[in-house]
Amino acid sequence: MSISTFVIVSVIKIVIALAVLLTSVAYSVWLERKVLGHIQNRWGPSYVGPFGLLQPLADGLKFIFKEDLTPPHVHKALYIAAPMLSVICAVSSIAVIPIGNWVDVAGLHIPLEITDVNIGLLVILGITSMGVYGVALAGWSSNNKYSLLGGLRASAQMVSYEISLGLSLIGVLIVSGSFSLRQIVDAQGGRFWGFVPRWNVFHGQEVAFFIYLMSAYAETNRVPFDLPEAETELVAGYHTEYSAMKFAMFFMAEYANMITVGCLATLLFLGGWHGPIVGPPLARVILPVFWFGLKVFGFMILYIWVRGTLPRFRYDQLMAFGWKFLFPLAVANLVVTALVVAVRA
Amino acid sequence: MILNMGPQHPSTHGVLRLLLEIEGENVVRIMPDLGFLHTGIEKTCEAKFYQQVVPLTDRIDYLCPMTNNLCYVLAVEKLLGLEIPPRAQWLRVMLNELTRINSHLVWLGTHAMDIGALTVFLYCFREREDVLRLFEMVSGQRMMTSYFRIGGVALEPPLGFFEKVKEFAGRFPARVDEYEDLLTHNPIWTMRTKGVARITAEDAVALGASGPTLRGSGVDFDLRRDMPYSSYEKFQFKVPVATEGDVFARYIIRVQELRESIALVRQALDGMPEGPTKADAPKVVLPDREKMKTQMEAMIYHFKIITEGFTVPAGEVYQAVESPRGEMGYYVVSDGTAKPYRVHMRSACLANLQTLPKMCEGRLIADVVAAIGSIDIVLGEIDR
Repeated sequence: MSISTFVIVSVIKIVIALAVLLTSVAYSVWLERKVLGHIQNRWGPSYVGPFGLLQPLADGLKFIFKEDLTPPHVHKALYIAAPMLSVICAVSSIAVIPIGNWVDVAGLHIPLEITDVNIGLLVILGITSMGVYGVALAGWSSNNKYSLLGGLRASAQMVSYEISLGLSLIGVLIVSGSFSLRQIVDAQGGRFWGFVPRWNVFHGQEVAFFIYLMSAYAETNRVPFDLPEAETELVAGYHTEYSAMKFAMFFMAEYANMITVGCLATLLFLGGWHGPIVGPPLARVILPVFWFGLKVFGFMILYIWVRGTLPRFRYDQLMAFGWKFLFPLAVANLVVTALVVAVRA
Repeated sequence: MILNMGPQHPSTHGVLRLLLEIEGENVVRIMPDLGFLHTGIEKTCEAKFYQQVVPLTDRIDYLCPMTNNLCYVLAVEKLLGLEIPPRAQWLRVMLNELTRINSHLVWLGTHAMDIGALTVFLYCFREREDVLRLFEMVSGQRMMTSYFRIGGVALEPPLGFFEKVKEFAGRFPARVDEYEDLLTHNPIWTMRTKGVARITAEDAVALGASGPTLRGSGVDFDLRRDMPYSSYEKFQFKVPVATEGDVFARYIIRVQELRESIALVRQALDGMPEGPTKADAPKVVLPDREKMKTQMEAMIYHFKIITEGFTVPAGEVYQAVESPRGEMGYYVVSDGTAKPYRVHMRSACLANLQTLPKMCEGRLIADVVAAIGSIDIVLGEIDR
């Protein structure tokens, strides 16, 4: 592939990936409102367009046209930089996530991801862990006590749970022996005894999946770990002082992060784009993408369902849960996985 | 650091302002600041005829209007020495218990929402809507009912009302199970409530707490049973008591009260006596429209009551009822004219709110939110 084709293909892929990601962010907000509405005995958005489908558009327009307010008492540079940092970190991690097999277009052999790096997992972890700076800086620069408390909670929570999250992933790395997301997925092809898919979640990593799930909820500040923005305690937590598009950026970052951890869970534990049906040649391109999307969708529904069911932890309980339960469990899982793999080898 | 919580804060249930002195997430000291919802209702009462005070009592506590109506009319009836017909008394008990359900549903919903369980809130409001529809049916109003009048109730309930109540009483217990499914055995809920915001029986008594806040600490005291009014002595009901004195104890008591209340509603329905709904006291009770159009005396009494009120013998009286929040008392002083000389309202919430610093000092911010929810305050009643 010549350098010019590479650039053109990359740009096309970036545009498509961004468009898909932002649309999914908008529609996961819609999905959440709709599903949560039905869980809670109400309708959710239903006025703007059929089934309220144009609601995200209306919301977006509203955010854009609202007055972009910067309160006088904030640290201006950081106050503006914080939401940008959040959203950039959240969106850019999509670059290394593969969503399907290779496609052959016009004699080109193109992978379905923006770039295929062999340490894809590390890239994602690195980028998303930068996201905590956005939250911490927002809390600090707002010069507001509620924001400060929210920012502190968020930093402590995200840093603590990132350790369990990382440790839960190492088990998967040991099993599949690679950092490349594509190779991890490829290692999950096939079946045990002809019917159980060879996904990591059925391959000795059940505990790791559980730890990952818990940590992912905490990392993305979702119920039951939504303390940084616990509206009944801290008004709106770290984004109390934010409005209009700046608030929307935090909002987008949160949902983009949800999608990212959903993608990661799918890739690492749920067999990525492997599905029950392979189909004819054309379907071999489309079906994997469909399976991948379906799994991420299921993950999002789980997120929403949990939000409709559970109350919120208290700050000390959250920390205790992270450090005294998840962390030792993750270490134990890691040791056991390592021993089993070593013995088998 | 001093954190200013309220008066505009999502979980201070109205306009309570708390000054929290915090160290990190720990609360060192709590200073409640009241008065943001002062309406001057007590003073306004002195400028109104006795019967005109009833609508004001609705607005004291907008979650249990009937209880306040009842307390006030009982006090004035005591001064007047009126005999209330049994049907009116049974109706009052029934509606009073429906009011308790209404109030507890709002409490449960908002309390659960404060602790993060969003769905319970909407489930509770679904049933509250049913209760409000019943209120609307019987009184024409959803919230400010003013249905109890001095000498009885405003009107005979409309046709089909009792069937609707029966229908509601039939389906409500299953709905309470639903709330309990979501909360009672939920590990996160119990972690957030058990052992949190404790108060001992001695402290609760010393600070004048009443209602579920007092019973949660193991003091078995309920005015409906211990100083019965409006024929409560003729009903069978249990008074739930818990000994832990924490948020969970107060939660479980109120949930059990929901079940007891619906049982009381059913008892009142089954034993509803026939007969008039108003006392036979033409100088106090407004005549029926029909009589007004046919009888001269009725017309005259109506004119007199509306234009110059009715006089109440001089004296003073204190009447307390068990409101959903505790002991709601009305102290009415009459100087023999048609307007009360003084109406003082003994607020259950004000006394209960005083327990807040005892409960929360030395705990976390999140516990303050849980504690405020658990004592179930209504600021309208506190500030009056």
